[in-house]
Amino acid sequence: MQKLVVIGAGMATGRLLEHLFEADPAAYEVTVFNAEPRGNYNRIMLSPVLSGEKSYAEIVTHDDAWYTANKVTCRFGERVVAIDRDRKVVTGERGEVPYDKLVFGTGSDPFIVPCPGHDLDGVVAYRDLDHTNRMVESAAMPGARAVVIGGGLLGLEAAAGLRLRGMEVTVLHLSGHLMDRQLDPAASYLLQKDLERRGIAVMTQASTKAIHGDGHVAHVELEDGTELPADLVVMAVGIRPSARLAREAGLEVGRAILVDAQMRTSDPDVFAVGECVEYAGHLFGLVAPLYDQAKVLAKTLLDEEDAFAVREVSTKLKVTGCDLFSAGDFAEGEGREDIVFRDPSRGVYKRLVIEADRLVGAVMYGDTADGNWFFGLIKDGTDISEMRESLIFGPAYQGGAAQDPLAAVAALPADAEICGCNGVCKGRIVEAVEGGATTLDAVRAETKASGSCGTCAGLVEQIMSVTLGDDFVLPAAKPVCPCTDLTHEDVRRLIKARELKSQPAVWQELGWNTPNGCHVCRPAVNYYLLADWPLDYRDDPQSRFVNERNHANIQKDGTYSVMPRMWGGITTPDELRAIADAADKYGVPTVKVTGGQRIDLLGVPKEQLPAIWGDLNAAGLVSGHAYTKGLRTVKTCVGTDWCRFGTQDSTGLGVKLEKMLWGSWTPHKVKLAVSGCPRNCAEATCKDIGIICVDSGYEIGVGGAAGMDLKPTEPLVKVVTEAEVFEWVVAFMQLYREHAKYLDRPYKWLAKVSLDWVRETLADPAERAALNERFAISQSVYQYDPWKEHTAAEQERRYQPLADLTLEAAE
Amino acid sequence: MNWIDIGALDDVPLRGARLVKTHAGCVAIFRTGEAEVYATSNTCLHRGGPLSEGIVHDRKVTCPLHNYVYSLETGEVVGPDAGRIATYPIRVEDGRLLLDGDAVGKRSAA
Ligand code: SRM
Ligand SMILES: Cc1cc2nc3c(=O)[nH]c(=O)nc-3n(C[C@H](O)[C@H](O)[C@H](O)COP(=O)(O)OP(=O)(O)OC[C@H]3O[C@@H](n4cnc5c(N)ncnc54)[C@H](O)[C@@H]3O)c2cc1C
Ligand code: SF4
Ligand code: FES
Repeated sequence: MQKLVVIGAGMATGRLLEHLFEADPAAYEVTVFNAEPRGNYNRIMLSPVLSGEKSYAEIVTHDDAWYTANKVTCRFGERVVAIDRDRKVVTGERGEVPYDKLVFGTGSDPFIVPCPGHDLDGVVAYRDLDHTNRMVESAAMPGARAVVIGGGLLGLEAAAGLRLRGMEVTVLHLSGHLMDRQLDPAASYLLQKDLERRGIAVMTQASTKAIHGDGHVAHVELEDGTELPADLVVMAVGIRPSARLAREAGLEVGRAILVDAQMRTSDPDVFAVGECVEYAGHLFGLVAPLYDQAKVLAKTLLDEEDAFAVREVSTKLKVTGCDLFSAGDFAEGEGREDIVFRDPSRGVYKRLVIEADRLVGAVMYGDTADGNWFFGLIKDGTDISEMRESLIFGPAYQGGAAQDPLAAVAALPADAEICGCNGVCKGRIVEAVEGGATTLDAVRAETKASGSCGTCAGLVEQIMSVTLGDDFVLPAAKPVCPCTDLTHEDVRRLIKARELKSQPAVWQELGWNTPNGCHVCRPAVNYYLLADWPLDYRDDPQSRFVNERNHANIQKDGTYSVMPRMWGGITTPDELRAIADAADKYGVPTVKVTGGQRIDLLGVPKEQLPAIWGDLNAAGLVSGHAYTKGLRTVKTCVGTDWCRFGTQDSTGLGVKLEKMLWGSWTPHKVKLAVSGCPRNCAEATCKDIGIICVDSGYEIGVGGAAGMDLKPTEPLVKVVTEAEVFEWVVAFMQLYREHAKYLDRPYKWLAKVSLDWVRETLADPAERAALNERFAISQSVYQYDPWKEHTAAEQERRYQPLADLTLEAAE
Repeated sequence: MNWIDIGALDDVPLRGARLVKTHAGCVAIFRTGEAEVYATSNTCLHRGGPLSEGIVHDRKVTCPLHNYVYSLETGEVVGPDAGRIATYPIRVEDGRLLLDGDAVGKRSAA
């Protein structure tokens, strides 16, 4: 067997070995040296490790078992110091190893600005796990401050991660705008605003003069005299290919190790791959081309034909909430034309650069959904003269189709690149899905799509959804909790199919491995049972989160908030008086108008809850369910009652809807709004169900949200009469109640089952009627005021201590 | 031991809890089985969450504020976090709950 020695266990060589062992596990006996004291991991995921969103264990790509299975001799934590090409031996720090073939995969070294103080303790680069760990340590110090030098991809990911860890962060950038290599100034401006909103200070045209400190950094001095206090300085100003070892071994080296299209160096038995390579004048800094190189080199090593070709790369930033995309060449120039789209209210900017009817560059910020489509047009040099007018609106608008994210994905051609890191196109994913890969994990295992930086995972899922249609159950494999291997979907299905009507029946029949569940599965199972068997199952307070058990929101100090319903946001002087009286009588510390058009009394001790409810009840006020996975509020605007633009009675409709829907339990909370005209003063377009009144009737939209995700509603149906509104809204509600996974808001559920399926289901009048009937049955059991029930003497006792031994002793 | 009658077993819901105020602070009485009860401090080590308001499962409780899980048998925090809350002797006799008064600092009845 031939001996293959690999220098560096990096992203490129890891991929090389995978290809090699896959094609011919017996071809080589492999030894891998790595200067880092560990094996291969996904370096580009260091940013999520830095921010705490992932652990190191989650980004390891090859574990001990893998090396063992492939009989790789691992010399990790050992640097190669010399190579003797005449004797064909590699010298590591702990001895020599002979080779028949040698591969350089030494990557890059971070560039350190050689200013005074760059060697102080507390100055780190950002390249490997040790750097990351050092940053995490610094961030643990309360009130610690970081200065990040470099406002490129790496610097900004470091800044965002450190900020999430609670550090005060300032980014210094030499040029006039952030990420100047990838973004134009307009996109950069939006990015800077987003970063500043998260509390990251940005200084552009800032040149570092020196770093000061006594042993450890204390502050950074800029050329203009500014002094910035710092406990940590991160240098992220660029990288230099690591080629010294190759140069010393007498190989031909330019800016990096020179290779041909087969990845061969000037020595026919020595190869190089990754960032340490220079090919046809190009250097590399992103993984996509490196993976191509790895594929080619695996073939070369097995004496098969293949050739590496440089291709376009696109850039994304892995900072949650900063959505940017750039590809191609977007410098201004003679004969070039720009198409620009801006939506200041949403913080969206898109710019396309066109030359001779071809798209040559694209920069986008805020909404990057169409990035891959544009990237495809650039790579393929597609003639865009036909679609020039609507080009900027993306694929969904080509051919006049409606804007629907799935339509956009469906419209992508088979060779559209989906996973930029791994160069996986749509066709390959479709092929895998059709070949039986029905989960994201399976598709990832088979195609590598979404296996590196992960930003395309959503897109991959959309392709799966388009390909599988109704059969698609999104990332299904996740069990409810450690008490069972079943998923939420399985549990729901089995509860119906096997007619399980109690919690013990579920635990027993479905093989729970704990005696009675845990705090994760109990509330979910309780909900499924009461939603599916309203007449047979009795709600179990002990399976409910404290708020739903005590019908009030627990606060951080153990007191509660009390919030009566204010139907559609309408109130009366009498109601307000009752609220004011209650606030006075019980010494309520805070009275607040909520974001849901009603009034919150905060800071009521548990023992007082029944009494304050009793008083409010007496004035006709009922629980607002501000604490439930159930109907929350129906916001309304003044509509035809008062507004000069109102087209329908939006207030009245909202009140009627709230009276119809209140009390019902749902998988997650449900909020509605009704606006009297498209000016939309009740913000109906970001609610779970939102109704916009128009002259000719009512537009019902669903699946909006304005919490952790911001989602506009999508049109469900347009109807003419109020009666139809009730019928459709109730049918939608009940469909959601019967199908969604616990803790999925409607928009998340819709992303799984597709709005098309919901529309089709609800289009059938018989189905709508049946859903309405089942909702009515459920409401006959669950539409009651919990306050009234809990003020009854026997329930009231529950809110008092069982015994008070301090009193007894005092007697 | 100085057993004090603090109430009826059935005053505590199955897989639920009630609170008892004592000189040693608030004590949570948990009912994990038909006639199986535990008494522990009511105060979560994390940020003082009221454990008697948590979800009771197996012989454990999950704090309602940020999900610390405690073993009711030992008072130890289960899982990634660490720590231990006080536990107190309690028993059931003829459907009544008897808590050890000495342990919770009740002065003698005399
Ligand atoms: C009181 C209120 C803030 C205020 O002072 O205005 C509020 C307070 C809380 N919100 Fe909210 N939200 C309030 C309006 C909103 C709104 C605005 C709205 O409804 O128009 C939103 C965004 C709209 C939306 O839901 O899409 C909102 C999005 C959230 C979220 C994020 C939900 C999501 O799906 O991303 C949570 C967290 C959750 O539910 O898991 C949350 C959770 C909470 C909790 C329950 C946190 C908790 O678990 O303790 C807060 C309870 C405090 C209390 O004891 O009252 N609150 N919350 C508002 C009550 C409205 C009402 O009258 O019922
Ligand atoms: C924080 C961060 C985020 C990134 N994000 C992205 C991204 O989103 N998208 C993207 O495409 N790219 C990203 N990159 C870049 C990407 O990680 C690199 O392009 C890629 O890792 C280069 O692979 P490589 O195999 O050439 O080198 P490396 O992965 O750096 O591996 C080289 C290995 O060789 C070892 N070595 C060097 N010299 C010796 C020696 N003499 N003896 C023994 N071992 C030696 C080193 O210790 C190192 O482990 C990111 C990089 C970082 C640091
Ligand atoms: S935004 Fe909502 S959840 Fe967050 S602190 Fe305010 S009220 Fe609480
Ligand atoms: S207070 Fe109990 S988990 Fe935070």
